[in-house]
Amino acid sequence: MSNNKVVEIQKLLKQFPVGGDFFTALSDINFELEKAEFTGLVGPSGSGKTTLLNIIGGLDSPTKGTINVLGMELGSASHNERAFLRKTKMGFIFQSYNLLPVYTVFENVELPLILNKVESKERKRLVTQAVEWVGLSDKIDSRPAQLSGGECQRTAIARAIVHEPALILADEPTANLDAKNSHQIMNIMVRLNKELNTSFIFATHDEKIMAYLRRIVHLEDGQIVKDEIIENPEMGAI
Amino acid sequence: MFRFVLKGILRDRSRSLFPIIVVSLIVALVIFNRGFLVGSMNGMFKDTAVISSGHVKVMTHAYQKESQLMPNDLALMDVDEILKDLEIKYPNYFWSPKISFAGLLDLPDEHGDTKSQGPVMAYGVDFLSSNSRQFELWELEKRIVLGRMIKDPTDALVGHKLADKLGLSLGDQVTYIGTTMNNAFTTFNFTVVGTFNLGMGPLDKQMMLVDIEGARMALDMDNAASEILGFMHDLYYNDDASIEIRNEFNTFHSDTTDLFRSSMIALRDANQMGTMIDLVDWSVFIILGIFLFIAMIVLWNMGIMSGLRRYGEIGVRLAMGETKGQVYRSLILESTIIGTIGTIIGTCIGLPLTYYVQAVGIDYSAAFENLNSTTMIMSSVFYTQVTPDLYYIGIIPGVLATVFGTMLAGRAIYKREMAQLFKELET
Ligand SMILES: Nc1ncnc2c1ncn2[C@@H]1O[C@H](COP(=O)(O)OP(=O)(O)O)[C@@H](O)[C@H]1O
Ligand SMILES: [Mg+2]
Repeated sequence: MSNNKVVEIQKLLKQFPVGGDFFTALSDINFELEKAEFTGLVGPSGSGKTTLLNIIGGLDSPTKGTINVLGMELGSASHNERAFLRKTKMGFIFQSYNLLPVYTVFENVELPLILNKVESKERKRLVTQAVEWVGLSDKIDSRPAQLSGGECQRTAIARAIVHEPALILADEPTANLDAKNSHQIMNIMVRLNKELNTSFIFATHDEKIMAYLRRIVHLEDGQIVKDEIIENPEMGAI
Repeated sequence: MFRFVLKGILRDRSRSLFPIIVVSLIVALVIFNRGFLVGSMNGMFKDTAVISSGHVKVMTHAYQKESQLMPNDLALMDVDEILKDLEIKYPNYFWSPKISFAGLLDLPDEHGDTKSQGPVMAYGVDFLSSNSRQFELWELEKRIVLGRMIKDPTDALVGHKLADKLGLSLGDQVTYIGTTMNNAFTTFNFTVVGTFNLGMGPLDKQMMLVDIEGARMALDMDNAASEILGFMHDLYYNDDASIEIRNEFNTFHSDTTDLFRSSMIALRDANQMGTMIDLVDWSVFIILGIFLFIAMIVLWNMGIMSGLRRYGEIGVRLAMGETKGQVYRSLILESTIIGTIGTIIGTCIGLPLTYYVQAVGIDYSAAFENLNSTTMIMSSVFYTQVTPDLYYIGIIPGVLATVFGTMLAGRAIYKREMAQLFKELET
């Protein structure tokens, strides 16, 4: 595998046990992602986007097939090895933000650094910088309950990027946001992608996001039905 | 990470305040309960020990077999010798001879005819010898109703109800009518110098206390005694120690051909006492068990131990690259902190309360007024007792239950597919 490959999936099959039977959520998935890509998994609800994203993130394991993420063969990696990969090289963004309610913006963003055992002075610098990136410096000591939806998602983005991961997985990041906030969020991510060469994979069925994507992988009923490169995305991206 | 966890606990009241209150209350209750049980049982043991059984007591084997008949013809002889032996061999105990006897008490009028008469149970106790602690043991200072303490072998203290019944007044000469240890008829005059209230109905109705020398004169029992009672110097009954010396003593005096060989029994050998003692021993486990259970149920429902309320947080942390083990351990750390704080607060409440009731007592006399049990000698004021274990016993329901419960509940983290935790946080 070349150095530029961030994700490499071959013949992936994912089945969930349902009752005594199996439900096939993903089948025959072959997929590669180069460094600094800005790619969307697009498809109707239930098409398998989240499942694929979870497998790439090492949160779920494939039934069959091989998957290599950032140089780690996930199929043979232990739970702790996968956790280590997430901790050091990945960031997650969720539809429902999933901020920890009792902690401030600063503390929420700080958590990945604590987990990575970054010392406190450096933590402060990195958190301040990430919060600045997403334009929330004035809310740095607020709790999630005091923030709007857009501000929450921007905090979540800061948390996902603070340790400068190589790959960010975003599952429907704009689903709970209005148009203005959605665009703001997407612009932040485009900028990150450009300036830090961070790779992004979105799971989405939001038209607004699609305008930013440089590659769209269409999923239907657990299969990739179309993989298109967008030469000149309408909005922002290179 | 520790500070991160601590901040979370301090800010989330449902995670800290309520669990800490519950743990504190439970810890305080456990401490007080234990103190109360040990205290009331010890109070009961103490009365039983003083009045009848000692912590251990020595009798002749023959006397022991028929002791409820108070067969003084089978009494111990050469008591001074035996006492000397016991003191040397068992210096952890102090020893006091006693004569139990029954008969009639007769109050004569000025012509010497019977004015009133009734059955009497009398104890000749060694009040007057110089190093005797019997005055202290019987707590006569607070139990004498009228008159004064025995100062002379012919002085007698009479139960206040018996005094009422017979119409006795201080200074009256009363005649004991009974038999000597040689089964000869005897009469002996005592002077009523006071009345007492032991707070134990049946005893106050028929009991008389005299000095052992008076009893010896009355019953012709020179240097003899029905029993020799042994007490630990701190007056607290130590069951294990008592059993040990009882066994050792009886092994030493095992000449079965000698009916008059000395024989020792422990307080637990007196009727039903063993069961009570075992109950106290078990009480700590029973109480702890019950409260442990309550603590776990309550804490579970409050969500500190149920991950349920926190699947969202757990999912995010797993996504950020914490291992399941790290999340699990941080939940346990959290419960340890909460359990420890709760235990400290609970102990700070429960211990002073127990000390207070140890000093002041709870008076149950109203409740016992109608209770006419003769088998159980029981005081109507209960005191708690602070034992050393009360200082740390709270750890069991406080810390252990909390942590153990969290450990059980937290296993859900391992049982679930990680992606499943996410599904639950998407909703
Ligand atoms: N743990 C599971 N057990 C059974 N079925 C599942 C599970 N997770 C997802 N599925 C099913 O797999 C399909 C794909 O789900 P998902 O990846 O969440 O779709 P999407 O994110 O595209 O909406 C759905 O039909 C869903 O019901
Ligand atoms: Mg989805």
